[in-house]
Amino acid sequence: MDIKSMKNYLYWLYCQFELITCSYLMEPWEKLLFYTFNIMMLVMVLYTTYIFVPVHISTAFQFFLHLFENQHENAVSVVK
Amino acid sequence: MANPSAVCNGHLHHHHQKQNNLLKSGIYKKNGITKGMKKNGVSNGTVYRKKFVEHFEQAPMYVAVLTFLGFGVGTVFGYLRDFMRAWGLEKRNIAAEREQQKDFVPLYQDFENFYTRNLYMRIRDNWNRPICSVPGPQFDLMERVTDDYNWTFRFTGRIIKNVINMGSYNYLGFAETDVNALKTVTIELQKYGTGICSTRQEMGTLDKHVELEKLVATFLGVEDAMVFGMGFATNSMNIPALVGKGCLILSDELNHTSLVLGARLSGATIRIFKHNNIQSLENLLRDAIIYGQPRSRRAWRKIIILVEGIYSMEGSIVRLPEIVSLKKKYKAYLYLDEAHSIGAVGTTGRGVVEYFGMSPDDVDVLMGTFTKSFGAAGGYIAGKKDLVDFLRTHSHSAVYATSMCAPVAEQIIRAMKCLMGLDGTTQGQQRVQQLGKNTRYFRRRLHEMGFIIYGNDDSPVVPLLLYMPGKIGAFARRMLEKNIGVVVVGFPATPITESRARFCVSAAHTREMLDMVLNALDELGDFLHLKYSRYSKSSHPELYEETRLELED
Repeated sequence: MDIKSMKNYLYWLYCQFELITCSYLMEPWEKLLFYTFNIMMLVMVLYTTYIFVPVHISTAFQFFLHLFENQHENAVSVVK
Repeated sequence: MANPSAVCNGHLHHHHQKQNNLLKSGIYKKNGITKGMKKNGVSNGTVYRKKFVEHFEQAPMYVAVLTFLGFGVGTVFGYLRDFMRAWGLEKRNIAAEREQQKDFVPLYQDFENFYTRNLYMRIRDNWNRPICSVPGPQFDLMERVTDDYNWTFRFTGRIIKNVINMGSYNYLGFAETDVNALKTVTIELQKYGTGICSTRQEMGTLDKHVELEKLVATFLGVEDAMVFGMGFATNSMNIPALVGKGCLILSDELNHTSLVLGARLSGATIRIFKHNNIQSLENLLRDAIIYGQPRSRRAWRKIIILVEGIYSMEGSIVRLPEIVSLKKKYKAYLYLDEAHSIGAVGTTGRGVVEYFGMSPDDVDVLMGTFTKSFGAAGGYIAGKKDLVDFLRTHSHSAVYATSMCAPVAEQIIRAMKCLMGLDGTTQGQQRVQQLGKNTRYFRRRLHEMGFIIYGNDDSPVVPLLLYMPGKIGAFARRMLEKNIGVVVVGFPATPITESRARFCVSAAHTREMLDMVLNALDELGDFLHLKYSRYSKSSHPELYEETRLELED
């Protein structure tokens, strides 16, 4: 029962996507072209995220760590 | 916000008032003048005797963004298809010049039809649908299919029966085939035949025309009237007779093409004021009188204001009392086109003049058509006897156009007699009241469901906003699958983001038919996600309850 309503909901979402982007009006080959283009863009964005985001996050993390370490060291040396 | 001078009987009334104000303060287009008049009665010398409630709600911002996105995608694919057609990868279906004429000046400008070729063609099956019965509250439709994506159609031979008609301008239900009702029309048809074969000034004036003109004058309460064979031509051929060079025409932004064409043909200077906006009109009038004609600074020979009774794309009613007071103050003339409002508004169906409780002497030129409420064809111009006598000699339509044929004139005569009660029954009055009831019910239910509806609460023209181009085609097709015929309108006739479906309520619609349509709209509204309104009670039930609790303190 839940699966059916989930499927209905997904179908409704798909219909909304078709109506909003005017792909409801397109001939089949145009739809194929449009969906291929969209899926390719999505895949590229995801791939880029997968490759670059972890590296960026770890670099940023190291940068902030270095900043706090420096501060801490300076504070420690003054007290001495 | 609250109404201090209102009499209140306790919490319930207070709550109702507050809820009203909560709804209306967001919905009123101009809440300064109109609300003040409603409260205090007199303001600037004009009076709105009943509430003047018009809605022009704006949709949430994301709707406009998504509409443009849809148009963007459509445009990209349009360019792609044009490219393919230009390079011969796809067959060209539009008109093209012959091989021998390729070097001449192009006859068919390809780019101008970009929108028609690439967007309109894809959903073209929703327009020009041939019907094969009288366009009453229900009609029969010829089924047609397309094999090449709407470039050509073929009829399957099947007829779709009893489609509910929400698109015909059949406001009072006079488009009927009942033999008893059409008795006099058949007699006249057998007496006069169908052709007149002449113009009014030659041998085309029948005694039927004289009888009809007297009847129209009595109906409207004016001195004299003249009838013409075609409604569009009444406007476009008579405005040039009334104004010429050296005159000024002040025309509403959303006037019908017939008024625009007539104004351009006349050669007068045309200035446009914002739709139903009295401030804009007053500014234009003041500038016209202070500065006069553009180079010579002479006074204008005539200043005429062109407005319509009900605007058919918006469903709004003209602010007649204010315009009449302006015209009297600045000594201009008023031309009122009551094409959609004659028969449809007013307590006895006499149009916007009666709706606002004004006298027909206030309007200089009363124009209307018989196509909408009377189930016939043609138009009339009514007013003072001098005006109509002038038009009889100087109008292009009177000199060159064939006059109205006798059976059609008889149909108008019988419809008007029915409306005025001269045929001995109260059927006319019942029809007008039924139309009022149907209009109010339909609009109230659509508001409650959460759709965005434009226009005045009393106008039988109901535009329902669709916004996105993809939904135009989907809406019309699915409504037809549910056996309901609607008219959808898109870009060139409306602003690009505001495509709509336009319903015309009729007195011939029964409550069951309206309920069927409303249920279908409810379902379709949920499926297509069309319920954008932020002010409907059903979309914010918790807000309604909260207000009640607040005041219960």
